[in-house]
Amino acid sequence: MAAEAPPPSKEQHKLPSPEEFTEVQESAEFGELRRSYRSFAFPLTVAFIAWYLLYVLLSNYAGGFMGTKLFGNINVALVFGVLQFLTTFLIAWWYSRHAAAELDPKAEAIKTRMEGGA
Amino acid sequence: MSPAITHVHLAANEASEHRGLIITLFALFVLATLGITIWAGRQTKDAADFYAGGRQFSAFQNGLAVSGDYMSAASFLGIAGAIALFGYDGFLYSIGFLVAWLVALLLVAEPLRNSGRYTMGDVLAYRMRQRPVRTAAGTSTIVVSIFYLLAQMAGAGVLVSLLLGITSDAGKILIVALVGVLMIVYVSIGGMKGTTWVQMVKAVLLIGGTILITFLVLLKFNFNISDLLGSAAENSGKGDAFLEPGLQYGADGTTKLDFLSLGIALVLGTAGLPHILIRFYTVPNAKAARKSVNWAIGIIGGFYLMTIALGFGAAALISQDEIIASNPSGNTAAPLLALHLGGVDSAWGAILLATISAVAFATILAVVAGLTLASSSSFAHDIYANVIRKGKATEKEEMRAARWATVLIGIVSIALGALARDLNVAGLVALAFAVAASANLPTILYSLFWKRFTTQGALWSIYGGLIVAVGLVLFSPVVSGDPKAMFPDVDFAWFPLKNPGIISIPFGFAMGWLGTVLSKEEPDAKKFAELEVRSLTGTGAH
Repeated sequence: MAAEAPPPSKEQHKLPSPEEFTEVQESAEFGELRRSYRSFAFPLTVAFIAWYLLYVLLSNYAGGFMGTKLFGNINVALVFGVLQFLTTFLIAWWYSRHAAAELDPKAEAIKTRMEGGA
Repeated sequence: MSPAITHVHLAANEASEHRGLIITLFALFVLATLGITIWAGRQTKDAADFYAGGRQFSAFQNGLAVSGDYMSAASFLGIAGAIALFGYDGFLYSIGFLVAWLVALLLVAEPLRNSGRYTMGDVLAYRMRQRPVRTAAGTSTIVVSIFYLLAQMAGAGVLVSLLLGITSDAGKILIVALVGVLMIVYVSIGGMKGTTWVQMVKAVLLIGGTILITFLVLLKFNFNISDLLGSAAENSGKGDAFLEPGLQYGADGTTKLDFLSLGIALVLGTAGLPHILIRFYTVPNAKAARKSVNWAIGIIGGFYLMTIALGFGAAALISQDEIIASNPSGNTAAPLLALHLGGVDSAWGAILLATISAVAFATILAVVAGLTLASSSSFAHDIYANVIRKGKATEKEEMRAARWATVLIGIVSIALGALARDLNVAGLVALAFAVAASANLPTILYSLFWKRFTTQGALWSIYGGLIVAVGLVLFSPVVSGDPKAMFPDVDFAWFPLKNPGIISIPFGFAMGWLGTVLSKEEPDAKKFAELEVRSLTGTGAH
C-alpha cells in the first residue's frame, strides 16, 4: 500500500459528462483495456467452473475411480479435492499478476485523464 | 419434540460443571466487542461511515473481515458435522465455498467497488429505472440475508443446548433472542466500522481455535494424515466408503442430482451474497478490493483445508452414536471433538470445549451482525431513501431508517431461528447461496457486462430467481415431509431436491435474458457507457 499515491478523494474532482464517458468507451485505448480484461477473466472463469464441475460430476458418477487408493488411505477423491484448493490459489495469484501488469496501468491512465479534466 | 431436545447430553453434563468458565469466556468476547462497537459508534458520523466504515480499511484488514463474515457457523459447525457423519461428502462444502471466491475475484469485486457506493442495489440500478430495480434488489438482499440468518440462529440454539445444558424450548429461544439483541446493538451503534472490527477479532479467534484443534488432532496421529483417515473410516463403521464420495448423496439418481445442485449453488452463490458484496466498499479503491479478496482466499482456503482435520478427527475420535445423540445433524461435532481431545473427564477437556464453543458463539454473533448490516443498509439506502423518499431523504434520516430496520430484522430472525434448530447449518446456508445465485448473480453479471440488458430484464431475473428458489425450498424436504424438516409433522413437499440451485439458477439467468429481449424499452446506451468506463477504470469512484 505504501507505494500507492495518497487517496485522491480529498481533491475536488470534475465528474466527466455523459458525452465524455461515451467518447472514452468508444476509444481504442478503452477498447484495449476491456479486451485485456475480458479475454483474460472470461475464459478463465469458464475454465475453473468446468474444472470444478468435473470434480462434482466425478464424485457423483465415478465413485469407483474416486475411491482408488493412491497411497495409504489417501484416495483420488481427496487428492482431487485438495487440487481444487491449489488451482484456486493459483488462479487468484495469476489473475492478480495479470491485473497489476496489464489492467491497472491502463485503467489508471484513463481515470487520471478523465478526472484531471482537459 | 425431537429426540435432541429430550436427550440428556453427555457433553452437556460435562460442560455444565464448567458452565462458569464458558459463560466467562463468552462474556469476555461480548464485552470486548461491545467496547469496540461503542468506540466505532462515536466515530460514525456520516452515511459513508455507517454503510462503508469510512472506506479507510486496508486490504488486509478487509480481507480478514471478509473471512470473518464468510466463515460462519455453517463452516465451523456445519462442515465439521457433515464430514464427521458423512465423511467425504461433507468436504464438498469446503471446496465449493472456496472455489466460489474466484467468481467474486474475477468478475464482481472490482467493478462493484468502482461503480457502487453502499449497496448491491447501487450497481444493479445504475443504468435502470431506479425505483423498481432498487425495490427488487432490496427485497432479494433481505430475503437472502434472512435465509442466512436462519442458519446462524439454528447454530446458536444448538450450541447452547450442548454447552449450558439448556434443553427446554424456552431456554433456547431465550438464547436466540439474546443473540438477536446483541446483533441489534452491534449494528445500530457500530455500523460498518464496528461490524468490521468485530469481524476481524472473530476471524483471528476462529482461525486460532481451528489451528489449535487441527494441531491436536494431527498430534494424536503423529501428523500422519493417512492414519487419521484410516481411523476415521474404521471408527465410523462404514469403512473405506467413508473416505469416498456418495455416503450422503450417492443413494440414487435424485440424491446425486441434489449433490450437483448443491455444488452449483455453492460455487455461484458467494458473488451474490449482499453481506459479502458490501465489504468491498470498505476499502479505498478497486485495487484494494482485489487485494482483500486475495487475502480472504488465502485465509478461507487455509481454514477449509483444516476442516478435513476437524471433520475426520471427530469421526476418528468420537463414536457416531455420540455425535448423532448430541445433534442429529452433527452440528456439535467440532465442540465435542475439543472435549475429547482434552480428555472427557478432565479439566483440559472442559476448558477446550469452553474455548471452542466461545469461538463458535463469537462466529455466530459476528456473522449475524454482518448480515443484519447488509439487510438494514439495503432497506435504508435502496428502499427507504431512493424509493419511498425518492432520493430526498437526508443522511440523518437514512441512517435512522437503517437503525430501525436493524431492530425489525433482528426480531424477524429471532422468530425464524427458533424454527430451524435441528437442520444442518451448512445445508441451511447452502439454501441462502442458492437464492443469492438465482436472484442476484444473474443481474449483477448482466448489468456489468451486457449492453442490451434492460430494467425489465433486471426485474424478471431478480424476482424470477427469487420466487423460484424460495418456492422450491418451501416445497422441498427441508421444510416438510422429512423427520429433520422444519415442520416434520406435515408433508407438502413435492420437489425432491433439498437444494433448488440446479433449477432456480438457470431460471434466473434465463429470465434476465427473456425479460430483456421481450422488453419494449431501449437500453440507455449513455448510462451503460458510464457504468462500463467507471467499473473498469474507477473514474469518479469515491
